[in-house]
Amino acid sequence: MLDHIKIVYHQGKQFIPDIKTAKVPGIFRGRPEISLAKVNESELVDLCPLNAIMPDPIRLDLGKCSFCGECARQFPEKIQFTTDYKISVNERESLIVKEGVNEPLKINPDKISRELRNLFRQSLKLRQVSAGGDNSCEWELNASNNVQFDMSRFGIEFVASPRHADGIVITGPITENMAAPLQICYDATPGPKIIILVGTDAISGGIFAGSPAIDRSFLDRYHIDLYVPGNPAHPLTIINGILDLIGRK
Amino acid sequence: MTLFLYYPSDMKYTSIINNQTIPIGQIPLVSYDEFYELNAGFITDSPEKHCVNYFGYPIGERIKLICCIADDLTHEINVSTCLVNPQDELTSLTSTLFCFEKFEREIHENFGIMFSGHPWLKPVRYSHNRKDLSKTIAGYPFYSIDSDELHEVGVGPIHAGVIEPGHFRFICNGEQILHLEIQLGYQHRGIEALFLNKSKLAERVAISESIAGDNVVGHTLAFSSVWESLCGFQTSKEMNFSRTVALELERIAVHTGDLSAACGDVAYQLGNAVFGRLRTPIVNFLQEWGGNRLAKGLIRPGKNQFPFTGELATRLLQVLDAYEPEFNEMNGELFRMPSALSRFERTGTVSEETARSVGTVGMIARSSGLSRDIRLSHPHALYGEINHEPVIKHHGDVYSRLQVRKEEVRQSVRYLRDLMTRVPECNTNTQPMGQTQPDSFTLSLVEGWRGEICHCAITGTRGELVMYKVKDPSFHNWLALALAVRNNEISDFPICNKSFNLSYCGHDL
Ligand code: SF4
Repeated sequence: MLDHIKIVYHQGKQFIPDIKTAKVPGIFRGRPEISLAKVNESELVDLCPLNAIMPDPIRLDLGKCSFCGECARQFPEKIQFTTDYKISVNERESLIVKEGVNEPLKINPDKISRELRNLFRQSLKLRQVSAGGDNSCEWELNASNNVQFDMSRFGIEFVASPRHADGIVITGPITENMAAPLQICYDATPGPKIIILVGTDAISGGIFAGSPAIDRSFLDRYHIDLYVPGNPAHPLTIINGILDLIGRK
Repeated sequence: MTLFLYYPSDMKYTSIINNQTIPIGQIPLVSYDEFYELNAGFITDSPEKHCVNYFGYPIGERIKLICCIADDLTHEINVSTCLVNPQDELTSLTSTLFCFEKFEREIHENFGIMFSGHPWLKPVRYSHNRKDLSKTIAGYPFYSIDSDELHEVGVGPIHAGVIEPGHFRFICNGEQILHLEIQLGYQHRGIEALFLNKSKLAERVAISESIAGDNVVGHTLAFSSVWESLCGFQTSKEMNFSRTVALELERIAVHTGDLSAACGDVAYQLGNAVFGRLRTPIVNFLQEWGGNRLAKGLIRPGKNQFPFTGELATRLLQVLDAYEPEFNEMNGELFRMPSALSRFERTGTVSEETARSVGTVGMIARSSGLSRDIRLSHPHALYGEINHEPVIKHHGDVYSRLQVRKEEVRQSVRYLRDLMTRVPECNTNTQPMGQTQPDSFTLSLVEGWRGEICHCAITGTRGELVMYKVKDPSFHNWLALALAVRNNEISDFPICNKSFNLSYCGHDL
């Protein structure tokens, strides 16, 4: 017992005190900034394995990007990744970063229902559904609740049943084999309920877009409340995105 | 047939070493009967040999079967092949050797070939390009039992925690599990077909990074090794160095996280919290090095994308200095706490005999007394120089599997400390990669934290990919989990499952 107390004592407080201003260590590929420098556009567009870069004007779609950094490596004068991890948004178009427009990505408050903010601001229970996820986003969602990121301090928690949930968090490109279980899980969640997509695979299909083994028709049927990009999404992207969505300061 | 020009006709197989590319015609083509005899002969009574891959691919109307048996003593892989028709009914290797169980099911699912004598020729993953599309995942033919005393429990595909989907069907007598059947396939994304359909190397790397996102280094390294070998590219000292460091860091990170999860499953909150937080500096170091906590973007074929510098070495030593005493302290507590030990010991036991007969690999095999570790038997990267000695435990229970993790972490830390004393000069000059050789076969084995990953590639007349085969270690090990929980209480299933920590997506592809 004494040994336990010793461990508790010297482990001290591990949580990140201010989740909104925490710095990520070393290099990190967060929000990209695209300059107006002239480069060979077709070369730049072609090099991206995820077809995330569009020409004229150059735009980079964070919903498709795998954050491999290859574009910035080959065209450093054009694209730079900043360490800004606050890149979750509630409108799909907001994930498209345009050249010369280097501003933080923002949640659009007008697109959030009053009901959502009134009900979920203090407590949000989520059911996670991995639908073809490669266990990287799942890993980061779990990390969001470890003693350092400690998301549950904000009343945001993952629950074991859709019956206990206020919404679902989808990871993965949504495989054909998971399409039906996902629908069942969503239907079993009592309303009002939200849908959060975490990771590039969930948002656009990622490298699996167009694979005959996936079925993304679920997403056509419902409104998506939050897009959390990343490959995988960083815990700080996840937590800040949800906090902004529910309007927690 | 022209193939006979390539080899003496009495040779029924060819032997290669890890990461070797050979002309596909160099693998002797034999009849299925000879193929059967040969591979059954390799495995029977030869604990040093096991099947690392066995698959089929279409050649016109027919199916070519390729079987790869690794020999841990000679450090070679024996490759044999035969041509069969999809309508053929073949004698099942599984009827006597369970290690072929899943491979034959996969071949049956993909091409419709019948294996007579296979005890359960059921679907493996309901792949999108399976032979019989009328069979769907919702209609999986589970075993059931007609009894008034026994009951069935179905769990999944969606589980209580934040984990991947899969269905577990238990047949129980009260609390006691008599039988467990594990049905997977929910994560099937069509990985192997995508390798062929995408033509850019960068796209294929992105696919390899997504095979199993918790084993990025392992799978990306296997893909890179296959590709480099196909292109005749020699990896540099620095590349091998970076890759070895990355692989061991991944092992430390995941094993630490698994110890945390095991503590969580026996309601030991302190262990859960401390091991959980100790994983963070390791994954954060991966981010400092390559910009991603799970090492996505770090390993690239033919390139040392993020050279490991002297500064990084200093930084890593600091991280390890802080990590190690706390890791050891927490283990000291955990492994002498009766309430935790009583949950770990004799729970979910896989005997050495079972582990061998179902063909387990990696740390699951090592927890049951088998010395199976690619780092020793078929060394790649720097493992030839490291003199790796596998960590082996003998009880085959949850306790052994956690002990293996604990000791492998310590071993990896030692390896890293040693490697940090000889960081090679950074050399950013990269040689060009060259073209993939035509009509070739390549096999790459990597010992990831779960165990052996095996990727195989076959090219056609223009050097284009005609087959890409991925085998995650979980493919072998899921059956061991199903057998481990027999006669255990169903309430111990979570801790058993956690102690295996197998990959769903790596299996489903
Ligand atoms: S970082 Fe994103 S946009 Fe750039 S090459 Fe990689 S996937 Fe494409």
